[in-house]
Amino acid sequence: MIEARTLPRLFAGATNRPLSLEAHEEMFRPAGNVASLLDELDASGLVGRGGAAFPTTRKVQLLRNQRGHKYVVVNGMEGEPAAHKDNRLLSTNPHLVLDGAEMLATMIGASRIAICVARDNPTVVHHVEQAIHERARRNLRGPGIDLHTPPWRYVAGEESALVHWLDDNESLPQYRPDRPHILRIGRGPAMVDNAETCANVGLIGRYGAQWFRALGTHDHPGSVVVSVTGAVTRPNVLEVNLGTPISSLLASAGADPAPQAVLLGGYGGAWLRGDQINTPYCNEALAPLSLSVGAGVAAVLPRQACGIIEAHRVVRWMAHESARQCGPCAFGLPALAEDLLAVVRGGRDGVAAIARLQDRCNVIEGRGACRHPDGVVRFVRSSIDVFAADIDNHLRGAPCAGARSSQRYLTVPALEHEEDLIWE
Amino acid sequence: MGVIRRAGMFILQVNPILCDGFGHCAELAPELVHLDEWGYPIISHDPVPLADIGSYESARYAERGCPRQALHVAKVNAPAPITNVAMPLPSSVSRKRRPL
Ligand code: SF4
Ligand code: SF4
Repeated sequence: MIEARTLPRLFAGATNRPLSLEAHEEMFRPAGNVASLLDELDASGLVGRGGAAFPTTRKVQLLRNQRGHKYVVVNGMEGEPAAHKDNRLLSTNPHLVLDGAEMLATMIGASRIAICVARDNPTVVHHVEQAIHERARRNLRGPGIDLHTPPWRYVAGEESALVHWLDDNESLPQYRPDRPHILRIGRGPAMVDNAETCANVGLIGRYGAQWFRALGTHDHPGSVVVSVTGAVTRPNVLEVNLGTPISSLLASAGADPAPQAVLLGGYGGAWLRGDQINTPYCNEALAPLSLSVGAGVAAVLPRQACGIIEAHRVVRWMAHESARQCGPCAFGLPALAEDLLAVVRGGRDGVAAIARLQDRCNVIEGRGACRHPDGVVRFVRSSIDVFAADIDNHLRGAPCAGARSSQRYLTVPALEHEEDLIWE
Repeated sequence: MGVIRRAGMFILQVNPILCDGFGHCAELAPELVHLDEWGYPIISHDPVPLADIGSYESARYAERGCPRQALHVAKVNAPAPITNVAMPLPSSVSRKRRPL
């Protein structure tokens, strides 16, 4: 099996320490073929790397037409417990992310940049702080950069929750009936971009659109950063060309060559069957399987694992991470988790639970203020579909060996007590 | 009484953050709103013609009758893009999460 190697684009010159400002400028010299940032960004066709794949130029145009005191918000929150890409980017080359954010700020005319890193990652916070100090010492003129450290929650990385935190110190998503919606900090419009998107803007601003489009596909150009986790010997974060076969991503992390399934796109994503792992890793190839690259996570589930137990663990945790603002999410997700538990236990309750799960998924979908419940619904549907054989065994009361062992494969953080959850 | 011609469509929208599941809307506008098993409203996203006076009136009743002011009747011209004004949260309404 060919192992995918990490590309030297975003991670060029990366060591295990963050690049200093001098080393960074040495490494990434402007090629000098960029006349207008806006045109280059438009030609590059960059899409957001946070999961929604929204074209960055459209966002820039939207914000350019706004008036007021504008902000660029860099999202380095790393909401997915299985992902490490924002952390890795910010702790190998924070200056590239900051460069990109400054370019975006110039394009939309923003006067401040807010970079958000969860306070639960003290090392990353420290690296970003250092980078900001280095820049301040250089006394570069430009928009001021502030570091913000909201508490880590799954939904705190959602863009409206992040802006709500900056505005009002509460990591709760906001209601946005019309899309696209301009988020605001106070009265100032804010543009939220993922750290990886900003780093890509930093590259486009240096080397131009043509260089950028040399990799990737037509609709989704450039490279992507993937975190490979789960049942692997070397959990890995690597930057790959879009279209690399998924099996070679897995091989680079030392995964089992014949896994049972691979979870793509994070805990709000869906499962890829083990026999489909030669699919290219890009949205064009994954869309027919109703999968997407999403937030850049590939979590491997080995043959010996019980898929339905893992699914229950994830859904229970995701239900716990609901911000509990909207009824269908606050009550619906725990109900889904309970149904899955009934399926795990099997018997007559399990049979009833499976039918109920489908109905409840249909009821919950699309009724939250944010996309959190939709992600869980997608995950549950895909689990029911991919682990149909496991479910049958559980319902017949003859679960597989994986269900009896206590070994679990997906990283799910411990559930906190309701009172200990920190939102502000 | 002359005939009032109304062109266009409307959608009844609920702000799920404000809604507390009192269920009044299902009584005031039974043709538009169903309740789920937890008592929260399920409202179709399909636009309803304004010419359907009965539905429109009950949507307005529900909008006024909602104790949390979570409902909003949005007028749409074309069915496809939903372009209404964003609803600002009244500052007196607390957005704290409610206990499960
Ligand atoms: S859908 Fe869930 S996570 Fe999103 S705002 Fe509502 S309660 Fe919070
Ligand atoms: S009347 Fe208002 S608060 Fe009550 S269920 Fe309907 S929308 Fe929610």
